[in-house]
Amino acid sequence: MLDLLSRFVQTPLFSVSLTLATYFIALAIAKRFQFNPLVNPVVLAVAMIVGVLHFSQISYADYFSGAQFIHFLLGPATVAMAIPLAKQVDRLRRVLLPLGFSLVLGSVTSIVSAFSITALMHGSRELAIAMGPKSATTPIAMAIAEKLGGIPSVSAVVVITTGIIGAMVGRFVFNRLGVMSTEVRGFALGVSAHGIGTARAFQMGPTMGSYAGLGMGLNGIMTAILTPLLVPILLRLFYS
Amino acid sequence: MLFCFLVLLVFQFLGEAISRVLGLPIPGPVIGMMLLFFTLIAFPRLLAKLEHAAMAMLQHLSLLFIPAGVGIMVSVSQIGDHWLAIVVSMVVSTLLTMIVTALSFAYFQRRSSNSASDEEEHTEGDNNA
Repeated sequence: MLDLLSRFVQTPLFSVSLTLATYFIALAIAKRFQFNPLVNPVVLAVAMIVGVLHFSQISYADYFSGAQFIHFLLGPATVAMAIPLAKQVDRLRRVLLPLGFSLVLGSVTSIVSAFSITALMHGSRELAIAMGPKSATTPIAMAIAEKLGGIPSVSAVVVITTGIIGAMVGRFVFNRLGVMSTEVRGFALGVSAHGIGTARAFQMGPTMGSYAGLGMGLNGIMTAILTPLLVPILLRLFYS
Repeated sequence: MLFCFLVLLVFQFLGEAISRVLGLPIPGPVIGMMLLFFTLIAFPRLLAKLEHAAMAMLQHLSLLFIPAGVGIMVSVSQIGDHWLAIVVSMVVSTLLTMIVTALSFAYFQRRSSNSASDEEEHTEGDNNA
């Protein structure tokens, strides 16, 4: 009996059902709170799953061997962001220049501030490099950190947490700044909080979501270009 | 639905191939997204076919981050002693990035729509939706 159960736990049937079930519970809770950004469905679902795994002593490797089928869909979903974007192409054309300027400014701010603050708080050289690309989507950030001599596993943790922080504080920041435009809100969420910020934006609506997707994609590329240029300068400033 | 999924996978594959062959640090799906974007602009009829299924998928984008999120929680212990520096840097830097991007976008947008309305007659008014 126990043997049967432990074998069942390793099947995709278990992990996929668990992930879907917790997602819908988390979504229902978020809805109850009128999609208040502080009640983030990703965080809730992750917490529930970590709890289940902990109590039933299932390893993460066993969970992921099944949950990878959901994880795999992140690729096609990223490609799919081209679709709402293509629908907006006429509006997009009109904001091309402001978009480009704010992208460069946002990207530089992200890399320089993440690196400098870590350095000023006596973080190691490897840590500061790992922090630099934190606003890019996970695979980009990890690849850059690895190439420049940062710690990739730290990058992964930092990138995902950055996304969660961005998704949670976005609404308050924009309201405080008096920024009401859907395009601006979406784009800034995507640039600063990549995929998780984009998922949050899609909950708000397709227009905000598509601008967030654009911000995420463009900042990924921008970070890949700028980090190798900026890090040597920052290293000389803080670690020589 | 299935057709849409196939199209997405084909573009992801193309993106993946370009990323590998050119040795770019940019992941395949992001390149695939750019490729699909330009394809859709060239062939608008494809857009109508894909739209419905893609929007249904994107509405539940949050779901797809859950497995990776669980992995992060499990490996959080690897962070070690510098957690305070990491947390402060993460929070402050994310806020700064968001503020700079939003304010500069809004600023340049206002400037460019002002100069556009000088030359032409109409201004865009529905941005505050």
